[in-house]
Amino acid sequence: MSRNLILRESQIMKVHYITGVAALFVVAVHILMRLVVPYGSSLEYDHVIFNYHNIFYAVLLEVILVLVSIHGFNGLRVILLELRQSTRWENSVTATIIAMIGLVIYGTRTIIIANGLGT
Amino acid sequence: MSGADERKITLKVFRANTARSKNTYFELCDVPVQRWTTVLDGLLYAKCFIDPSIGIRYSCRMASCGSCGMKINGIPRLACYTKMSELGGSEVICEPLPNFPIIRDLVTDFSQFFEHHKRVQPYILNQDNHQTDAVSSDHRQSPEEVDRFLQFSYCIKCGLCYSACPTVATDLKFPGPQTLGQLYRYYADSRDGGGKDRLNMVDDRHGIWRCHFAGSCSKVCPKGVDPALGIQLLKSYMLGISKNRGK
Repeated sequence: MSRNLILRESQIMKVHYITGVAALFVVAVHILMRLVVPYGSSLEYDHVIFNYHNIFYAVLLEVILVLVSIHGFNGLRVILLELRQSTRWENSVTATIIAMIGLVIYGTRTIIIANGLGT
Repeated sequence: MSGADERKITLKVFRANTARSKNTYFELCDVPVQRWTTVLDGLLYAKCFIDPSIGIRYSCRMASCGSCGMKINGIPRLACYTKMSELGGSEVICEPLPNFPIIRDLVTDFSQFFEHHKRVQPYILNQDNHQTDAVSSDHRQSPEEVDRFLQFSYCIKCGLCYSACPTVATDLKFPGPQTLGQLYRYYADSRDGGGKDRLNMVDDRHGIWRCHFAGSCSKVCPKGVDPALGIQLLKSYMLGISKNRGK
């Protein structure tokens, strides 16, 4: 049987379930905050920048980014593992972790720039 | 086989000989049927009086040995436990079990299936199980302790759950519902000392977590075992939601 090097599969799946439930909660908060103003105007440039400058909103977006990335990329990893079975393929599936880290870094960079912390 | 209520049903028997050719086809065999005629009876009639080359595996004819598993009208079933009169229609289609390599006709190769089964050490693991006359060596169990695993011990290893499992269809390294159900059977047994080591046996990337709870394994089991339940219980022990009493 093929073992995971860092975390046991049960630990990975525990993180998967927790991030899934937590993402559901924070995305609900995110959508509710959007509904504070009329939906159309919530997408206007000034309003979006105003939201990014609110540190609590920026933290909320960062949390959503991290939770959804972990949950989504692990889901993708599971699909790929079930798609084909060979040592080479399974090792290359580990690249999803690198893709996840890359996406989180890029998303965090966007949040920081939009928030104005980088200037 | 003669009587007032006798009628004929056409058996469509899957034919293949992988050693000789990749060609497969269905052979049509008209067999006489009465209320109590099973699919295995029909196949044996066809083998005796129509085509002796039909390949089938069977033994007990009473759903105890688990040898005659096959796909009957699209669903994995035991041929000896399926009455043709209950299937309805004038045609019964017999195919080999899915998720198993075909050896010939309706006979499939169970090597991989038994390898998975053996890997989880399907027997009581206990340092204290040497034979002795001392009364203290008895491993007594209360009825409640037996109830925790009893239904899982009815498994006859017929492979129907394995053939119905959608995860096995794509991931051959997945142990399958039979193996995981048996793992639960021994993990839940108060006499077993395997404990966490048992859970670790299937805690890998192709292990228990690849079960998506389709439930088809429990639906096709001819002995009323619920492997899907055992798998979910094992998951709950692994996540720490449930605690294994007495361990």
